[in-house]
Amino acid sequence: MTVRDALNSALDEEMSADPKVFLMGEEVGEYQGAYKISKGLLDKYGPERVLDTPITEAGFTGIGVGAAYHGLKPVIEFMTFNFSMQAIDHIINSAAKSNYMSAGQISVPIVFRGPNGAAAGVGAQHSHCYASWYASCPGLKVLSPYSSEDARGLLKAAIRDPDPVVFLENELLYGETFPVSAEVLDSSFCVPIGKAKIEREGKDVTITAFSKMVGYALKAAEILAKEGISAEVINLRSIRPLDRDTINASVRKTNRLVTVEEGFPQHGVGAEICASVVEESFGYLDAPVERIAGADVPMPYAANLERLAVPQVEDIVRAAKRACYRSVPMAAAA
Amino acid sequence: MASASSFSATKFTQPLPLNGTTSRSHDKHQSFFDPLRTSPSSSSFLGSTRKLRLSSASKLKLLANPNRRSAVVAVSDVVKEKKAKSTTNLLITKEEGLVVYEDMILGRAFEDMCAQMYYRGKMFGFVHLYNGQEAVSTGFIKLLKREDSVVSTYRDHVHALSKGVPARAVMSELFGKTTGCCRGQGGSMHMFSKEHNLIGGFAFIGEGIPVATGAAFSSKYRREVLKEVDCDHVTLAFFGDGTCNNGQFFECLNMAALWKLPIVFVVENNLWAIGMSHMRATSDPEIWKKGPAFGMPGVHVDGMDVLKVREVAKEAIGRARRGEGPTLVECETYRFRGHSLADPDELRDPAEKAHYAARDPITALKKYMIENSLASEAELKAIEKKIDEVVEDAVEFADESPHPSRSQLLENVFADPKGFGIGPDGRYRCEDPKFTQGTAHV
Repeated sequence: MTVRDALNSALDEEMSADPKVFLMGEEVGEYQGAYKISKGLLDKYGPERVLDTPITEAGFTGIGVGAAYHGLKPVIEFMTFNFSMQAIDHIINSAAKSNYMSAGQISVPIVFRGPNGAAAGVGAQHSHCYASWYASCPGLKVLSPYSSEDARGLLKAAIRDPDPVVFLENELLYGETFPVSAEVLDSSFCVPIGKAKIEREGKDVTITAFSKMVGYALKAAEILAKEGISAEVINLRSIRPLDRDTINASVRKTNRLVTVEEGFPQHGVGAEICASVVEESFGYLDAPVERIAGADVPMPYAANLERLAVPQVEDIVRAAKRACYRSVPMAAAA
Repeated sequence: MASASSFSATKFTQPLPLNGTTSRSHDKHQSFFDPLRTSPSSSSFLGSTRKLRLSSASKLKLLANPNRRSAVVAVSDVVKEKKAKSTTNLLITKEEGLVVYEDMILGRAFEDMCAQMYYRGKMFGFVHLYNGQEAVSTGFIKLLKREDSVVSTYRDHVHALSKGVPARAVMSELFGKTTGCCRGQGGSMHMFSKEHNLIGGFAFIGEGIPVATGAAFSSKYRREVLKEVDCDHVTLAFFGDGTCNNGQFFECLNMAALWKLPIVFVVENNLWAIGMSHMRATSDPEIWKKGPAFGMPGVHVDGMDVLKVREVAKEAIGRARRGEGPTLVECETYRFRGHSLADPDELRDPAEKAHYAARDPITALKKYMIENSLASEAELKAIEKKIDEVVEDAVEFADESPHPSRSQLLENVFADPKGFGIGPDGRYRCEDPKFTQGTAHV
């Protein structure tokens, strides 16, 4: 099943199961979704539940929040999460904080979803990764699927969740196909929020990643295996809350850690994971934590520069080898 | 012609202008520009030292038909003073009048007490008082049902009180006690009450407008999609003149009109956004005009006159309830105090303040009720005394209430506390009974 179909089927099933769920965003209806994620939903559920909005992120995000205050369950689609910056006041201030400010009276069962991070050649303003932005905010849950199983299970969990969830997809993963079991295809299938998945077991080095980087990490693990390094790849799935337990348990087993993310390095997801491991498993670390992130520059347009600005499989392999003291450390993290 | 959806001039006849003047123009003030001129080309940059005045604001300027955007239908303000022998053409019955009077007195007394408490250190942070604007809150909110929603800004204490949140709960919240309406977690700027459908309390100006639009959306959704056929809940969004220059305001005017949402946008134009005069900040200061630009009626009303506000509110709320869509109501009002208790309020002209102090909505209503034999001086005094006691009681209650316990720090972050994630022992943190006893390090 492709990730696109996984998301589409999850939306379809959740909308069918609960009439309070509705989808709102730009081009979600008649255009069938800017990336065709909501294909067929307008025909099936009608324009009252699949709403095409004007180009008003702040406005329609706030409208979603107001509807959620009154018990409806909106799914707000951002054409890309870059546009969520126009609505971030509502995501943070009126969604994330409201349950707390109202002392539990007003919960906000809303999902904000859309593609996040770099695509291909879309330039600096369309390539920003917002995982660490939203993950720093209390009151939010932040999820990022990799496979179709993740996409289906996490989106269903997000829609059913009574709290605001930021759901970070990836445009380049939409078309990728993954095998899915019958269990995944069942309409009640759900993946728990806050639990990471160990995609590949290993004993020499732990590699954490989310979204597209999980695929890269798995490829890196294959390469490393040929060189005698057994890498354990953890698919975070949930950026907030972070599954610190799984990460730390893995590091205590392997004693080495490489964090991988596509976003900018400073104050990123890897920084948080490193801090968590240093706090809880310092004695178990045999090497400094290696952090692989996107280059600390706005995303360039030229294809060759873009390739340099985003982590590649070789970067992960090199970092893992460094962590295993199999190669000379590089001067600057790139 | 869509006359059915237009405001009818006949609905707005008023026998008595409350302050004895038919227009807000005062001879004492020079007019530097007339906002009614469509091209105020002579209005150069207006510094804050200019005296502000607005002409003929007691006329209700209505735009009857949104398609005729250039037509301004002014309701006649040719009103003769009548010695009212009968109450048939009075705007309010005795019972209603007493309710309205009591609500405004409550608002005023409460806010005055807040100022006292703040200077005594019982209240802290940012506190924004509503003195002078009571006619707007009372005029609108007292017409609502419990299921209708109100969304406000940081100047929300009186909206909360008008909507029915007990004075004790509001005062406790301001003191930061656990008996507050938000258990002390919200504070002055974040009043929420699910029971009374007061859904905020927002610090960012403009933030409440989309949320209110969403609440209105949910009302329509319930009726049309969830088939709750008698769901005709209306939402009121209160915000100020400064907000009317903010992008979200326009986005929501558009969507509310586009989707015909049951909402009333109530502008509390008190002419000042902290120290920024409305005239300095706005290209066209007549906010009501922005409604028709988006396809909804725009109404301007004297916000110092609770009976006028009430009449406009009845029509606007009625429109929304009947499914005819949104309305933009600009209430010209004034705040007697500074922007907040920390604002030295140096920029406003004392003459302007005096001008509006003379138009105190409470004094005006009192005069109206007495002159029209709706109530005696004694009855009104009894109400004032009763409210004094209510407010005193609220302070005592808040004073004696406990501070939140330490465990409350981590409560209510999520509706589903599994959002705190899995702890080092592999179980969800929230399942550990000692979880909230610990530090904030999660």
